[in-house]
Amino acid sequence: MPSIELKNVSNFICRDLNLSVEDKELLVLLGPVGAGKTTILNIITGLISYEGSILFGGEPIDGLPPNQRGVGYLFQDLNLFPHMDVAANIAYGLRVQGRSKTQVGRRIRELLTMFRIEGIAHRYPKNLSGGEKKRVALARALAPGPEILLLDEPLDGLDLKTRKYLRMEFRRIQRRMGITTIYVTHDQIEAEEMADRIAVIHNGCLQQVGTPEDVFFHPRTEEVSDFIGQPNILDCESSRILGGGLVEVKCGGVPIVVPHHGDSVRKIAIFPKDIYVSVEDPPGPDINRFKGMITEIIPAGPLTKLRIRVGRNEMISELRNDVFETLDLDQGTKVFLILKLRWIRVL
Amino acid sequence: MLPIAVFLLAWELVARLDLAPGHFFFPPFSTVVQEFYHLTLNGILLDNFTSSLVRVLIGFSAGSIAGITTGILMGYQEKLHKAFHPIVSLLYPIPALGWLPILMLWIGINEMLPIAIIFICSFFPILYNTVTGIKGVDQNVIRVAQTLGASRVKVLKTIVLPLALPNIFTGLRLEAGMAWRVIIAAEMVAIPTGIGALLMRAESLLRIDIIIVCLMVLAIMCFTFEKFFLYLEKKVTGKWR
Repeated sequence: MPSIELKNVSNFICRDLNLSVEDKELLVLLGPVGAGKTTILNIITGLISYEGSILFGGEPIDGLPPNQRGVGYLFQDLNLFPHMDVAANIAYGLRVQGRSKTQVGRRIRELLTMFRIEGIAHRYPKNLSGGEKKRVALARALAPGPEILLLDEPLDGLDLKTRKYLRMEFRRIQRRMGITTIYVTHDQIEAEEMADRIAVIHNGCLQQVGTPEDVFFHPRTEEVSDFIGQPNILDCESSRILGGGLVEVKCGGVPIVVPHHGDSVRKIAIFPKDIYVSVEDPPGPDINRFKGMITEIIPAGPLTKLRIRVGRNEMISELRNDVFETLDLDQGTKVFLILKLRWIRVL
Repeated sequence: MLPIAVFLLAWELVARLDLAPGHFFFPPFSTVVQEFYHLTLNGILLDNFTSSLVRVLIGFSAGSIAGITTGILMGYQEKLHKAFHPIVSLLYPIPALGWLPILMLWIGINEMLPIAIIFICSFFPILYNTVTGIKGVDQNVIRVAQTLGASRVKVLKTIVLPLALPNIFTGLRLEAGMAWRVIIAAEMVAIPTGIGALLMRAESLLRIDIIIVCLMVLAIMCFTFEKFFLYLEKKVTGKWR
């Protein structure tokens, strides 16, 4: 599978993009709505005009029209062909390539099985659920065996459970096929779970490219920092291996269990959204749950940030405004905190 | 069916009981049926009907094929659309019968005249509907087909045309009925054969029953043609719409 390289690519939205995606890599394009993520995908597929150069596997493809670029593209709106059933939708790319009936039939069966949609092969798009449509659209994009796959917010609009399931499915299929992929999302959790590397885009400009840890905990520009949010960074006084990939650290006199393979931990980080706040002692095991006191309430648009003192630490948590109002919190209120173990990072 | 039966019964009663003013001009339904039977038996109705039917079929088919073909070219090729759209927009609003005087001078009074009128009557609305249908296809669906490797011609054949079909069928359905209305008018004014001509002859002989027979044939043909295209549309696009 080829690599993708963008050299000084610009158009009416994007400016001077220089980006490379390695062979078989899954790069997540992350950024707020309207940042220019979809535009980059449309540029790569040749659907909109641009200046600069794009290379697939080192070869420039700027002169090629969209139908000769060999890119599988899953559009945000999916755009299934409404006049074709599921099997015909998936077969479309194969048929336009002039593959034989036997080859088309075999490939359709393979993809129907891979995406677990055998039962809906003869249904029309109007009779499919949101999740089924996504799977059919992805199967259709993959059917002709593209060397590059572009996914534009493929899980947008689905419920949480389906999103989680399909995330794993996409990753499994992408790894299995070893296909070079660019995955567009504005969801940070999705980006972190899916990405080999993340590229953050803002106002049509590339802000930072790096591993999820690099981007989330070492934002290089103010735009990235604003978009990602500032994590709580706590200094650790000591650490003790518990086994099973867990380490107990002491930060400001508070024992915190963190997922970590190794011993010495000097700093840990957790985002405000990953700190659960409750006025009553929540049920469950007594791990990473603490009592604290609100020292400051900071309105922040649709969110309310709470500065909470726990031991000698000051941590910021955030709540949606409607949730904040129902909890009836004030400065000095005693609250319970749970640090979500999975989202604590060792720096 | 019941409302039609009630209507026919009421018609029969009103005519038989002389309830309508000027009852001489209002024959009962049974008399009309009788006349229909006589006209069929002596071949007059069939001859005139066949003349009209052939004209409609030739004119409508030619107009539709030309309208759809031009519509596809104009809808899919932006340059052609830009070049011809102003002309079409100017000619489209002219009623088909408005062309009759000029066509009588150009073509003369012969078989080609009603066919040309039907052609014009079908051509412009079907062209207009085809262009609207093709231009209305979601650009993103076309983009998907392109990224899957389809050429422009393939996209047209496999995506654009099938998705424009509902609009094209609407045009065909409406104009199929209109073709019958126009042929009757053309025959009444300028052609000595056909249902329209029979209707005019009946008028000069004060044969209301024959006039009503002609109108009933016209109504049935308009209805049948429209229903045929509705059936065809459902058959072709019903599964996915």
